[in-house]
Amino acid sequence: MRLAPPGPALALVATLILGAGSLQAATPASAAAPDDTCLACHSDKDAKGSTGKSIAVDPSKYAKSVHGESKLACTACHADVSEKKIPHPEKLKPVDCGTCHDKPVAEYKDTVHGKARKGGSTAAAACVDCHGTHDILRSKDPASRTNHANLEATCATCHGKEAVKGAKMPGGAVASQFHDSIHGKALAGAARSAAPTCTNCHGAHSIRAKDDEKSRVNRAAIPDTCGSCHTKQRQQYGQGKHGKLRQEGNLGTPGCTDCHSAHRIQSPATPAFKAQVIAECGTCHAKYMETYRETFHGQVTNLGYVSVATCASCHGAHDIRPASDPGSTVSPQNRPATCMKCHKGATVSFAGWDPHANKHDADRNPVYYYMAFFMKWLLVGVFTFFGLHSVLWLYRSLRALKEKAR
Amino acid sequence: MRYYRRFTALQRVLHVFMMLSFLGLAVSGMPLLFSEQPWARVVARLFGGFEAAGIFHRLCAVVMIAVFGGHVLHMGYRAVFRKDWKRLLWGPDSMVPQPQDAVDMWNHFRWFLGRGPRPTFDRWTYWEKFDYWAVFWGMFIIGGSGLLLWFPVFFAHFLPGWMFNVATLVHGEEALLAVGFIFTIHFFNGHFRPEKFPMDTVIFTGRISEEELRHERAPQYQRLEQEGRLAAYEAPPPTLEAKAFGWVVGGGTLVLGLVTAILIVYSVIR
Repeated sequence: MRLAPPGPALALVATLILGAGSLQAATPASAAAPDDTCLACHSDKDAKGSTGKSIAVDPSKYAKSVHGESKLACTACHADVSEKKIPHPEKLKPVDCGTCHDKPVAEYKDTVHGKARKGGSTAAAACVDCHGTHDILRSKDPASRTNHANLEATCATCHGKEAVKGAKMPGGAVASQFHDSIHGKALAGAARSAAPTCTNCHGAHSIRAKDDEKSRVNRAAIPDTCGSCHTKQRQQYGQGKHGKLRQEGNLGTPGCTDCHSAHRIQSPATPAFKAQVIAECGTCHAKYMETYRETFHGQVTNLGYVSVATCASCHGAHDIRPASDPGSTVSPQNRPATCMKCHKGATVSFAGWDPHANKHDADRNPVYYYMAFFMKWLLVGVFTFFGLHSVLWLYRSLRALKEKAR
Repeated sequence: MRYYRRFTALQRVLHVFMMLSFLGLAVSGMPLLFSEQPWARVVARLFGGFEAAGIFHRLCAVVMIAVFGGHVLHMGYRAVFRKDWKRLLWGPDSMVPQPQDAVDMWNHFRWFLGRGPRPTFDRWTYWEKFDYWAVFWGMFIIGGSGLLLWFPVFFAHFLPGWMFNVATLVHGEEALLAVGFIFTIHFFNGHFRPEKFPMDTVIFTGRISEEELRHERAPQYQRLEQEGRLAAYEAPPPTLEAKAFGWVVGGGTLVLGLVTAILIVYSVIR
């Protein structure tokens, strides 16, 4: 949580602590005594309801829970049970956490989970699916399901599981993808408190589907969501052409996840990532990708080796600017310096090499254009003449041999 | 059976090095030209990565330039010190195209189409001369552009940047022409045509049999006989070592070259 802005997740912690505190103060009368009544039946480990479902409650676990610590009576949550009518009816109303935790519950109602629940889904996560029931711990407790270190596993109980895919779960194998990503690896390492987990991007009680405009992972919101940690890159992105087009309302331009992906983010130094990003640029800049592939750089990277220039090597990554911008790495003024990053001693003349020479464009690359034309017809001419020569020769030789054999 | 000398020891040695360096250049260079093909990655990986393939490519280039330089120096030596330049520049022993070559080609095509008898040829046929001069052309175009691409920073001191674009283009296209030509047309003309199939070892042994000389090189045989020089060309039969070398190294090159040609054709038409 330390990395994230004081967002919904933090609000939850505050609500839990403050809420529990106020609750404790508000109900001093409900001492331990009534619980003994409940535990008379529910402490039996093998206690089952008529449907065969366990109705057992572990009193020691409850005592350690945040609600147990506050000495909250059973009836504080199970409000439709009265001490006077024991045994209580078999079917009880669902617990309404909103009685105390009104803010997060109200927020939850508009989330992707809350809407699905309202729509009749029983698979969508409700309070208890993430927080537990009788064993709810404070999020700061390392053993809590909602602790920063455990959230990945908590969300993964549904997301990325084959078994719950039927519930229209988006994203596919997000859990394993995230686990193998640079964020997932950091989360498993020494810097775990600084690494983001699911809620840092998606929120906790405010998780919304990505097509929801209010979602933190909505296409328009992504740069700011990522930028909440990656501030330098966010700033650079805002100065680059992609970011500027975004500001003008063009959502078609790439945001962070278009190049980095969402759950599979790798270090930009990873060879596989470097090679793959070229294809990402090429989805829009197809013509430039095509001409790049005709250069030595493009051919080598196409073979899977990234020790030569990729798009980003010359154009930059987050603050890509058009060549007409004097501040661009590929502006005429800066081009020699950009070449020199790899080619020591590169001159202005050296930088006159066209990294996107087009053999179909006589205006941009006249000599290249005519040489391509010449080479094409030289090849066609030679292979046509000698191809025909060989085919005719083969035919006549075979016939001659046949006649000789006769 | 009597044998005559067709290639000198120097010519045979130069051809072996030319052949091996050419094969090396082709196999290490084609993955770049066909980088989008799945087989290109496999070949690059077999070399141990593109860097290793690049080093191998340059090594082969040095060998080929040495072969070319060796041949040119030898020709210069023959022309200047052996006063042989007239024979080098004109006549049946010269590699310079002669009017007779046009006549030979015309007659060859007439035979192909069943309109004339099978022609026989003098010492060097028109298609052999084409192969020979194609190497010169290729050395200047591919070798020159290759050097430009090897030392771009140096050459950029006196060449404009677009020259390197053109160098990349012609290096690849000309290589495609050379590799495609040698591994199909030259292989067919020299080895795979029914009269020679599966291979002709003359370039490795340097020896041509009397029968072959008489029938396939009739003008040369008659000329040498008339001039009384036939005996000067007589040589001992090909050694077993030379034959074995031809079959193993030459045959291996034929196979590898043919595989390369098939991969190229498959990639181009796909």
